Amino acid sequence: MHDGGRPVLEVQGLKTVFRVRGGEIHAVNNVSFDLKPGELLGVVGESGSGKSVTMMSLLGLLPSPPAEVRDGKVLLDGQDLLKADEDTLRDVRGGKVGFIFQDPMTSLNPVFTVGYQIMEPLRKHMGMDKKAAKARAVELLELVGIPSAEQRLSDYPHQFSGGMRQRVMIAIALSCDPKVLIADEPTTALDVTIQAQIIELMKELRQKLGMAVIWITHDLGVIAGIADRVMVMYGGQVVEHAPVRELFGNPQHPYTKALLKTVPSVRGERVRRLTIIEGQPPILGAPPSSCPFRDRCASAVEECARRNPSRTAIGKGHDVACVLVEQKEAAHA
Amino acid sequence: MLDAAPSKKPLVEVRNLKMHFPIYAGLLRRRVGEVKAVDGVSFDVYEGETLGLVGESGCGKSTCGRALLRLYEVTDGSITIDGVDIATLSNSDLREKRPTMQMVFQDPQASLNPRMTVQAIIQEPLDEHTTLSTKEKQQKVYELMDAVGLNRRFAGRYPHAFSGGQRQRIGIARALALNPKFIVCDEPIAALDVSIQAQVVNLLEDLQEQFGLTYLFISHDLSMVRHIATRVAVMYLGKIVELAPREALYASPLHPYTEALLSAVPEPDPSLEAKVERIILQGDVPSPANPPKGCNFCTRCPKVMPICREVEPQTREVRPGHFAACHLHEITSQPAGKTAAQEANERQHGE
Repeated sequence: MHDGGRPVLEVQGLKTVFRVRGGEIHAVNNVSFDLKPGELLGVVGESGSGKSVTMMSLLGLLPSPPAEVRDGKVLLDGQDLLKADEDTLRDVRGGKVGFIFQDPMTSLNPVFTVGYQIMEPLRKHMGMDKKAAKARAVELLELVGIPSAEQRLSDYPHQFSGGMRQRVMIAIALSCDPKVLIADEPTTALDVTIQAQIIELMKELRQKLGMAVIWITHDLGVIAGIADRVMVMYGGQVVEHAPVRELFGNPQHPYTKALLKTVPSVRGERVRRLTIIEGQPPILGAPPSSCPFRDRCASAVEECARRNPSRTAIGKGHDVACVLVEQKEAAHA
Repeated sequence: MLDAAPSKKPLVEVRNLKMHFPIYAGLLRRRVGEVKAVDGVSFDVYEGETLGLVGESGCGKSTCGRALLRLYEVTDGSITIDGVDIATLSNSDLREKRPTMQMVFQDPQASLNPRMTVQAIIQEPLDEHTTLSTKEKQQKVYELMDAVGLNRRFAGRYPHAFSGGQRQRIGIARALALNPKFIVCDEPIAALDVSIQAQVVNLLEDLQEQFGLTYLFISHDLSMVRHIATRVAVMYLGKIVELAPREALYASPLHPYTEALLSAVPEPDPSLEAKVERIILQGDVPSPANPPKGCNFCTRCPKVMPICREVEPQTREVRPGHFAACHLHEITSQPAGKTAAQEANERQHGE
């Protein structure tokens, strides 16, 4: 589906910190990844794992203060977005990079028509006049499968159902032919039958338009069906990263393994008792000096408390941040 | 424990339950129609079992659960819990019945009073319904906290100091305080993270075994329902379209809606996922204020027949214990004798 070409987006050592009363929360710690043209990168993690904050940091979407992007590089086509000024960022947002948010109810403005909201980026970023923008808006609504698109332009968001609103959000995100589309839990607020519609739509659009997509979700099932590569996040860092079949077929990090076991399925064997991960995800008051998962890890050893493992490559495109895996690799070598 | 055949004694019997909400509009706020949130629902919940109630948002599953405990004044129908018809009971009699039936709510943040300590929250039902002494109550609260896996030391803390999963445990402890027989769990895990969901589901299973509880488990998560439920009812637009034992429903669904719903669930395994034959339903659920004529699902059904747009299908026991309301199965299940469906079909052909 995609070749190994030069990555369109490269993130290196990203660190984001929130200043709160009486200290700091280290939400994103040393996250690095890249995204090649046309591929779909799935990002999985629980709430608080830093997956949304990472993506918001890329485009400077977090309010500062309290947020502060402390370190790292975000290279979009070779240009470092963290050093870019506000005008450049504004061009990038909704231009080269499209964004779909989780909740279609709150991410559309209720006092403007849907047509106005689709035409706004077209006129701002693409410099279209009103007529051209309207023609393109109709085209976009048809692309995302909204019937009688022309009449619906003058409707307000409340006149659309949840699934239709998410389609409108996708149309807006696609309006300026983005190179990268970031979808933050785009189907979480939707029902399963509507979710299936949106996933089919995204698969189709990706083939048609050839953009790179980052798909954030906590639902492993969605990822299995749509992603090329998967990045698992825990405690603000990437704990495992692999091509999708490799990740589901040969998970190495104890967290990934446990996560795959906790999710029951509607098909195949039914387990008698669910495997659980004891305890709670951590709140990081300081940069982690030990493995963030060690308190909940069934196979933790003493060394896990001493240092925070870095990502070790164990196969083609598969890397894991775990002390045990490091030891196993060292024994092999 | 769950897989053992439940005793076949119904604890809860629901017959033709209707819950309609009026719509007022215009200058004079006249009654212009009604939202038929629950429209003629009948089912039993057997003692010791878990009945899963699934459906998409707006199908009336939560309304049904709340109406069952008479948190609403029902429009029509009867609800017999433990031999007493709850639907028509007077307020004072109803209050006496309340301890046998409890509820666990979806949002643990919103269902706990932020100004009350955990101790006070769990103790409140005891204050209202029992005559225990302060010391006995304190002891009972501790026992409940042990049962749901909360540390006793945290009894004096407020809900904000707990995580989502722990808050849900507080809600469960409160529901257990009066030794209920029947608990309605309304999406108890929807607001929780994946790794925490399994913790709460396992806890609910343990408590069921320990206290002999009967659950109505309302959820949109079909995979979790498959795990926890003994039997499963599928709702669509205010009606139950299919009700069957868990394995029968998941292995061989009869109603086209159940088929589509199950096929839409993503599979957390890429090699299996590629094999799933997905039925993508077109369009959205119609408004319950203005349901379509005939079968409620006829606007989206991939197997729709002319009769579906005319006649509402009746619920039939297609196989032992497996109920479905669909014209497809009305015809096949009754080869001899004329059914309403066949008659209507003939009428259409005659015209």
